[in-house]
Amino acid sequence: MPKTGPNPSPGGIAARPAPARTGGLAGWLRRELLGGWVSSCTTLALLACALWFLPPLGNWALWQAVWQPDVAACHAARGTGACWGMLAEKYRFILLGRYPLEEGWRPLLATLLLLVLVLTSGVRRCWNRWLVLAWVLVWVLFMALMGGGVLGWVPVPTDRWGGLPLTLMLSTLSIVLACPLAVVLALGRRSQMPAIRVLCSLYIELVRGVPLISVLFMASFLFPLFLPVGATPDVLLRVLLGIALFAAAYLAETVRAGLQSVPRGQTEAAASVGLGWWPTQRLVVLPQALGAVVPGLMNSFISIFKDSSLITIVSLYELTGSLGLALSGDPLWRPFMVEGYLFITLIYFVVCAAMSRYSLWVEQQQARSSAR
Amino acid sequence: MIERHLIAARPAPPRPQRRWSWHHPHTRALVWQWLALLVVLLGLGWLIHNTQANMTARGIQSGWDFLRQTAGFDIGEQPIAFASTDSYARAFAVGLLNTLRVSIAAIVLCTVLGLLVGLGRLSHNLPVRVLCRAYVELFRNVPLLVQLLLWYLLLVEYLPDPTEAWHWGQTIFWSKAGLSLPFPVHGAQGWHWSLPQLAGFALEGGAALSPEFLALLLGLTLYTAAFVAEVVRAGIIAVPRGQIEAALSIGLGQNQTLRYVIGPQALRVIVPPLTNQFLNLTKNSSLAVAIGYPDVVSIANTSLNQTGRALECIAILMVVYLALSLLTALAMGYLNQRAALRER
Repeated sequence: MPKTGPNPSPGGIAARPAPARTGGLAGWLRRELLGGWVSSCTTLALLACALWFLPPLGNWALWQAVWQPDVAACHAARGTGACWGMLAEKYRFILLGRYPLEEGWRPLLATLLLLVLVLTSGVRRCWNRWLVLAWVLVWVLFMALMGGGVLGWVPVPTDRWGGLPLTLMLSTLSIVLACPLAVVLALGRRSQMPAIRVLCSLYIELVRGVPLISVLFMASFLFPLFLPVGATPDVLLRVLLGIALFAAAYLAETVRAGLQSVPRGQTEAAASVGLGWWPTQRLVVLPQALGAVVPGLMNSFISIFKDSSLITIVSLYELTGSLGLALSGDPLWRPFMVEGYLFITLIYFVVCAAMSRYSLWVEQQQARSSAR
Repeated sequence: MIERHLIAARPAPPRPQRRWSWHHPHTRALVWQWLALLVVLLGLGWLIHNTQANMTARGIQSGWDFLRQTAGFDIGEQPIAFASTDSYARAFAVGLLNTLRVSIAAIVLCTVLGLLVGLGRLSHNLPVRVLCRAYVELFRNVPLLVQLLLWYLLLVEYLPDPTEAWHWGQTIFWSKAGLSLPFPVHGAQGWHWSLPQLAGFALEGGAALSPEFLALLLGLTLYTAAFVAEVVRAGIIAVPRGQIEAALSIGLGQNQTLRYVIGPQALRVIVPPLTNQFLNLTKNSSLAVAIGYPDVVSIANTSLNQTGRALECIAILMVVYLALSLLTALAMGYLNQRAALRER
């Protein structure tokens, strides 16, 4: 008995060959690496590049690098190996800026507290009223630790603050300050009242049209002129206010996008159960609007964090500025600035990548909640 | 015959009475708006009053007359001739041209690179995909300022001296002093190529691109291209899959599908966010001040420190960037109209 194939009529249409395997290792190779001659050539070319570049890079970064803070060894290895020993020698200056050395534990503790606070705020289980109290407490403690003058701690003026604590503090505080303003601006821009709409639009468009540097220049040169004669607020405070006012305009546009995504029926339903304008916004519109734009908000937060590096241009030494401060004045270690930049690049990258991962997680949570 | 007199005309509805009551939404809206205007005007008045009081108290001069005074500083890069005896107004013009020069070059380059990386992220080839993904993640998540400073450091510290410059057939030189390229000039014997040559310890002739310009161009291009790549990718993903299948089923090849089917439809989604990226790039070019490229912000900064006219200098800066933003937005609006769907 001959085997019956899928084609029962012998001499008719010949059986087609089985399709190429797409599963298994061979299939994966064919699909991802060797699909057609263009793809194969690209794969080979990239492989060649990797073989060409990676060994010297590995040599420089790892095998021939100097790991001890030994100036002579570092200078001897210059050009062939990285000098990670520079970080061991200078990490305090890079991370803490001009903060007095002997008080170094205070900014360290303050940074840790702030980090723990921010991380806890991201965990769902901690979203209750105790968190508000924690925010107030941690900020009071942070300022006390950084500024001193209480509990017998030596006072440290704000112009000596620097490094990672300053970066984290500025970005967190400006986000916290900018968010309420952004919500008000976004609501104002969607208001039925023409005067308020025009005012809010004008503010948002004007601020979005200029670069942050000009706002920082304004904060550092013009804010003292705007205040009553004799009042000279702290430069850190002025810059913080400048960044917050700037960020609010960008956040407001994101929030507005969220407001637009809330269907009209929602406000009508709220009106029909007798809610006024404020309760409607607070209980019905804003929760939906803000939830819809979490990725956009997170992107803005990442921008604010990255933009905080610009304050080094108005002579406040956050992470980027304190690196320059730590190395440019020191002829011995100055040649190893590249390693320093790679170090702070890593810090910025880790924080920003963590923020964008978190945003993805929130999105997944929302997708789960909306899937019924 | 129709009886016309059976139904009496209804009386006109009563005119809505305007009651000036607090419970009338219209009244409240008016009150709120006047109140908001009043607060804003009062606030502005307070700021202006304070500024005037401060200026008299500190003896700060104000006015625009300084624009005609001699600047007294040199500018490293001059698209138009500038000497230290020229006026501040001309210095600002040089700065503006420098800003435009680097922004336009970076916009062109970042669009090309962003397009390639964006397409690469959708490639069938795994190594290409991984490489493009790594590029986007790395360059997006590090502040532009750090990248600029790093590029500048690499360009001025790790390249050879001009006397031992890397060169390509004695026509293109690359060293600590920048990149020197052949450049067509109009001389006594008509058009000819001016070739860079080593004269003493420096390179002369040709067109020279300073390390500041190169670092800024490189930084802006690589940073913005990461964002452009995401915009391009989002645009291509937004094209429904059926369109591609339909294109393949009528026998279009890969390239034809990309050019005639995916491209035009993706462009509609791509252009508006791309405008935003171009605007960001133009504004980000202000970071030039950190590496000493004489763009309009550096010129304003120097002028501000020399003359003390903070108000005027910062006002010029803001107006310049607002105008640039407006121009870019208009140009891209035109492009968007061209790309928009023409419906029947």
